[in-house]
Amino acid sequence: MFQQRTQKSGRSVITWYRSGGLSAILFALPLVLIFLYFSWGPIIRGLVLSFQKNNLVTPAEWVGWSNFSYVLTDPQLPQAALNTLYFAFLALIFGFPVPLFLAVFISELRKTGWLYNVLSYLPAVVPPVAAILLWTFFYDPSGSGVFNSILGWFGIGPFAWLNSQTLAMPAIVLEATWAGAGATSIIYLAALTGVRTELYEAAELDGAGIWSRVWHVTLPQIRGIILIMMLLQLIGTFQVFTEPFLFTGGGPNNATMTVLLLIYRYAFVNGDFGAATALSVLLAGVLCALSVVYHFVTRRWSTT
Amino acid sequence: MSTSERGIISTADRQRGVIRYGLAAIQVLIFIAVAIAGVGPLLWLLKSGVSTSQDILSGPMQLWPSGIQLKNIPDAWNRVQIGAYLGNTAFIAIGSMISTLFVCTTGAFVLSILRPKWGPIVTGAVLATLFLPGVISLVPLYMTVLKMPLLGISLQNTFWAVWLPSAAGAFNVLVMKRYFDSIPRELIEAARIDGASNLRLFTALILPLSKPIVGVVALLTVIGSWKDYLWPLLVLPDPTLQPISVALPRVQKTTEISLQMSALFLAVLIPVILFLLFQKQFLRGVGMAGGIKE
Repeated sequence: MFQQRTQKSGRSVITWYRSGGLSAILFALPLVLIFLYFSWGPIIRGLVLSFQKNNLVTPAEWVGWSNFSYVLTDPQLPQAALNTLYFAFLALIFGFPVPLFLAVFISELRKTGWLYNVLSYLPAVVPPVAAILLWTFFYDPSGSGVFNSILGWFGIGPFAWLNSQTLAMPAIVLEATWAGAGATSIIYLAALTGVRTELYEAAELDGAGIWSRVWHVTLPQIRGIILIMMLLQLIGTFQVFTEPFLFTGGGPNNATMTVLLLIYRYAFVNGDFGAATALSVLLAGVLCALSVVYHFVTRRWSTT
Repeated sequence: MSTSERGIISTADRQRGVIRYGLAAIQVLIFIAVAIAGVGPLLWLLKSGVSTSQDILSGPMQLWPSGIQLKNIPDAWNRVQIGAYLGNTAFIAIGSMISTLFVCTTGAFVLSILRPKWGPIVTGAVLATLFLPGVISLVPLYMTVLKMPLLGISLQNTFWAVWLPSAAGAFNVLVMKRYFDSIPRELIEAARIDGASNLRLFTALILPLSKPIVGVVALLTVIGSWKDYLWPLLVLPDPTLQPISVALPRVQKTTEISLQMSALFLAVLIPVILFLLFQKQFLRGVGMAGGIKE
């Protein structure tokens, strides 16, 4: 009986091996190792770290919820959260319609469309850091700064731009829109090639003007991609770092301090890795909740 | 753009005067706007790259009041070492591309073609990370790189610290898997009957059939790596290893403005030229990537 079982399992190991079971494991090894070390591992470690005191020097110790209470009572957090929301809101107002409009417009041009395409994509090719450094010059607050001298020709300004508490955030959003619009519009353009054109004929016969054709025929057909791009943009803007970090470093007077800058400051300036991960976990939680709510809200729209 | 016979605006519309001239006017206005936004900053950078610091500061919109300073360009190349940083950037991007492609093609091959019993668990675990925003693993990932669990080695100040984490992208694996899923099973069965081993199946059938998607993932990885700032800033504190995005803000603090501008100009010039040379393939690839997101 026992011998039979070992024989049987021995044979099944051989058939398993012959059918390529071992090579399946070998092929999966890179993926599993890379994800264990750099994706699954860090996610779990992040959850653990948020309940520990850790500064990389002394051994880690459990501190319960105190990281979370420390982060949540930090007087800088409400300001950073509001700024992040403000950035996301401005980016949505400016950054969302521009590429969509551009894509619908370009898709109408048959011969010269590619030229608009190439020109509007150029800013996306400029390395973001180089673009930010360049725009810092454009935003020079003195009267001889680039933007101030251009506006000066029309008798406007000069503005303090990045040095002004009220203008700093819109200035950052303006640069981000400039840098991102071309890339987004390419994605919409690809979606627009799938729009069924015979519907325009029908709409026109029903007496629909150009705008109502765009509104009732074009946009509904690319609704799927519009909704996804909007969610991706929201998730991206909530985690904005490079622009405020390089443009203003969070200033002036914390007017551009975002949640990610705060996380960076906790971890890499104060060396408090527990607080940094606690805030990361909180932000990730908010973003997950946002995605779920968004999914349910937009699902209702898509079915009607 | 497409080969479709009509767009939103019909030929009947185009014959009406208001629309014909209105459309032409809008076309010209948008062209001016797009040209100013796309080319304007680059031209300004070109001008400032060969100006004196004094000119850049006092008359940024004037054309070379003190003459063209062509020697700024070789100065920036030699003294700011833009060439070395661009080399690092390219090396990091290519390494990230290779590691990403290796991990996601082999992984997708197992999950889509070989389909072992434990496959769905791995697929589920990969899929789950797609829904978690990247911020959650920023700090622990940094600590992992400082001291690799079990191995005990530090990847800090090695290119592996950038190459390996970039391969752990769920999106790429799932995109690749979905593409492999669409390969007809009959082809795979036929190769099996011909006695092809798994390795041969992978290299001789699946990879050649997947060239388009491999190209798109490669392009997206290179763009992503090219744009990355925070991660290389954290794991590559050694200046000789830094990519241009990390080096530029650091260098900026110690260089005079004219050289900063020439350095920026050189950093922008190469990607712009590459883009203009390959714009068709490039835009098609990026557009395809958007279709995948849907």
